[in-house]
Amino acid sequence: MTLLNNKFQAVEEAVARIPDGASIMVGGFGSPGTPFALIDELLAQGQRGLTLIKNDANEPGIGISRLIEAGRVNRLITSHIGLNRLAIEAMNREELSVEMHPQGLLAEKIRSAGAGHYGFLTDIGLGTEIAGKRREIECEDRTWAIEPALYADFALVHAEQADRYGNLIYRGTASNFNPLMAMAAEHVIAQAYRVAEPGSLALESIHTPCAFISQVVQITEATSEQGRRHHAV
Amino acid sequence: MPSDQERILVRAAGEVIPGQIVNLGIGLPTRLSHYLSEEMGVLVHSENGVLGCRPRTTGEAPDFDMIDSGGAYIATRPGASVFDSAMSFAMIRRSRVDITFMGAFEVDELGNLANWKIPGKFSPGIGGAMELAQKVKKLVILCSHNDKHGNPKILSRCRLPLTAPACVSRIITDKAVMDVTPEGLAVVDIAEGLGVVELRAATEAELIIDESQLGRF
Repeated sequence: MTLLNNKFQAVEEAVARIPDGASIMVGGFGSPGTPFALIDELLAQGQRGLTLIKNDANEPGIGISRLIEAGRVNRLITSHIGLNRLAIEAMNREELSVEMHPQGLLAEKIRSAGAGHYGFLTDIGLGTEIAGKRREIECEDRTWAIEPALYADFALVHAEQADRYGNLIYRGTASNFNPLMAMAAEHVIAQAYRVAEPGSLALESIHTPCAFISQVVQITEATSEQGRRHHAV
Repeated sequence: MPSDQERILVRAAGEVIPGQIVNLGIGLPTRLSHYLSEEMGVLVHSENGVLGCRPRTTGEAPDFDMIDSGGAYIATRPGASVFDSAMSFAMIRRSRVDITFMGAFEVDELGNLANWKIPGKFSPGIGGAMELAQKVKKLVILCSHNDKHGNPKILSRCRLPLTAPACVSRIITDKAVMDVTPEGLAVVDIAEGLGVVELRAATEAELIIDESQLGRF
């Protein structure tokens, strides 16, 4: 973990730590909360053979879809990619290996890692086709599936506000997977529109304490403009 | 003359009790939010992390950080809150969401639901449907009674991969309102102008029909 005084960095410097072949959690549900600036820098730097973990695949032309379209992603662990026909086509051509989880289980697997556990027991999915793919145990006369926690090498998260130590505040539905991923990866890079001096954020409004954050970068609102558009729905 | 979908939505709005917490699936169920008035005092949950969302009014500027799980820009009602995805699904798994509405490819006599995958043709991932179907106390299906080729969607047994087993409480289609009971599918209401014989012909499942009790919608 980076020392507190050294966390505030330039986007290029922070993203340069990511090697080829890394597993990377990426926050966001659709556009809100997607760290577009960090993803675009990753695209520019050229890392390849990536495993991405994200709720969805964004939409064609934005966010992680740009990495997928550029052939930089080998594997995607996700919940739903229905809004990205390019990702579905890459999956069907077997250029992209896709592992799908029910959304709440994906969130909980990441939360479980963030809490430092091996995994958890659940009854979600019993009686469906996902049931047979997991180890099951009997406890208190009921059957439970073992869901291992999901860890990653890196997480890229988006926050509305931060301070130089990496304390984070999310906004609206841009929270989604970000606070969970911020705890589950070995190395966490956060982007925020405003990075303030330590002490300037109200203590009780901080969602993710700085202990979980490795690097924090400041981005302009315009950096994320590509994600801010009217949806088809 | 209202469309079939409008008739389904008007009938479905009657399922919501004022003061409930309601989840709306993607597609037709999302449109139900237009039929839930502010006076009803319900909070609509969307699994991406909001409780208390409402459609934007005409001319209301979008807040780019506020979407529902279908990707539409939304606004909120008094009493609303926002939270992360783990909290959102904790709310679902703990059955704190009172009622959810979903679409269906197939529903059967046991209340089994298939609405997420057609092997070889359509497999975008299940999203939040599995947890919602399994854990929300009341699951109401809103769908057309037959697919676009006229094939029944209300079956004896689902053939597609299940979203969850034995999870459906009530089914509202353009032709009928049906309850899942231990004895099978019991017809509550039948569409205005439709006969019982026609309804049975359009349905693969056995239907329990008491004509003296049958409502119209």
